[in-house]
Amino acid sequence: MSLTVTMIAQAIMFFVFIFLCAKFIWPWLMRQIEARQKTIADGLAAAERGRQDLEQASKQTAQMLAQTRQQAQEIIGQADRRAAQLLEEAKVMARTEGERLVAGAKAEIQQEVSRAKEALRTQVAALAVAGAEQILKREVDAKAHAEMLRGVQSQL
Amino acid sequence: MFMAAAELTPSSYIGHHLTNRTIALGEDPFWTLNLDTVATAAALGVIGFGFLWWVVRGATPGVPGKRQAFVELLIVFVDDQVKGIFHGNRAFVTPLALTVGVWVLLMNAMDFIPVDLAAWFTTHILRQHEWKPVPTSDVNTTFALALSVWGLMIFYNLRIKGIGGWSHELFCTPFGSNVLLWPFNLLFNLVEYISKPLSHSLRLYGNMYAGEIIFLLLWMWAATGWIGSLFAIPLGLAWAIFHILIVGLQAYIFMMLTIVYVAMAHEQH
Repeated sequence: MSLTVTMIAQAIMFFVFIFLCAKFIWPWLMRQIEARQKTIADGLAAAERGRQDLEQASKQTAQMLAQTRQQAQEIIGQADRRAAQLLEEAKVMARTEGERLVAGAKAEIQQEVSRAKEALRTQVAALAVAGAEQILKREVDAKAHAEMLRGVQSQL
Repeated sequence: MFMAAAELTPSSYIGHHLTNRTIALGEDPFWTLNLDTVATAAALGVIGFGFLWWVVRGATPGVPGKRQAFVELLIVFVDDQVKGIFHGNRAFVTPLALTVGVWVLLMNAMDFIPVDLAAWFTTHILRQHEWKPVPTSDVNTTFALALSVWGLMIFYNLRIKGIGGWSHELFCTPFGSNVLLWPFNLLFNLVEYISKPLSHSLRLYGNMYAGEIIFLLLWMWAATGWIGSLFAIPLGLAWAIFHILIVGLQAYIFMMLTIVYVAMAHEQH
């Protein structure tokens, strides 16, 4: 149990092991760990970037969607207005057309009526003349009495 | 050892296990080399650091395997300890702490090998009659480590502070820079510088040596017969379990003190 040359041998061995550790073990592992730390840090940064991109994209999408919805609303509104307008126009057109047809029919009826009146007047005149002939029992000179007959005719 | 106990006296049994295998390199007793200590320490160092080197050489910066993760945990654990105490360039200090930690742990762990199994191996395989298997239960090992750390401490004191700065620290701290206080400061610091390597080395040596002796005493008790075995076996088991803590703790303490001493040498006052 005394200090001998063993101590010196152990001390030399100690320094050899320290040297080996400092030269061949520590820096090698540190290089690997630092490389991995860098990889992980890069990965995290990329993930963060991706997250931000996604956020931005979804924000953009929402904006676009809102815009589109608004446009669609506008288009639907326009279409509604246009439809109403067309309907109104059609109604107006139908009414005028109807009125025109009614007016035409009325005019025709009027014409028919006057024509029938004319025919009746002629027939009545003829009947009147025939009656007068019967009454007078003689030939009425149509030529001589034409003036008078026309006068009767127009009085009917 | 039941058979051997009949031929061996208790003191020769203990002596058999706790005597170093020596080689005389010169006339003076100083030139006695403890072959067992040096050979075991060298073998453990080569195995331990060889393993670390082998793993680290094959290390990948990608997803590490379990073996690599274990080595990384170990080295990063040591580095974290250093980081907590020492604030500076760790390119040398962490490998120093790692060397101390791993080597001392492995040398202490030789204590786990049952004493008589180790003796059987050294007697019949290595053909060495006396062989102390635990290098840290040899005072030469612990002093070699503690004095090396002490030398590093002096070296860093001189390198960081210079002769002037260090002398100023020796004379003017901790009590003050008054000239009257210089002798007290110097005395205080001398006591500190002497006690540091002594406590550093003797703590480890004492723990490991005492651990060995207690194991030997228990096995000697077991050698007295069945009654002795009845007590010695559970006590031996308990001591072995407790020893796992001691082995790890002493290696940890030795490493932490190494870091603290080196860190203190870096601190300017």
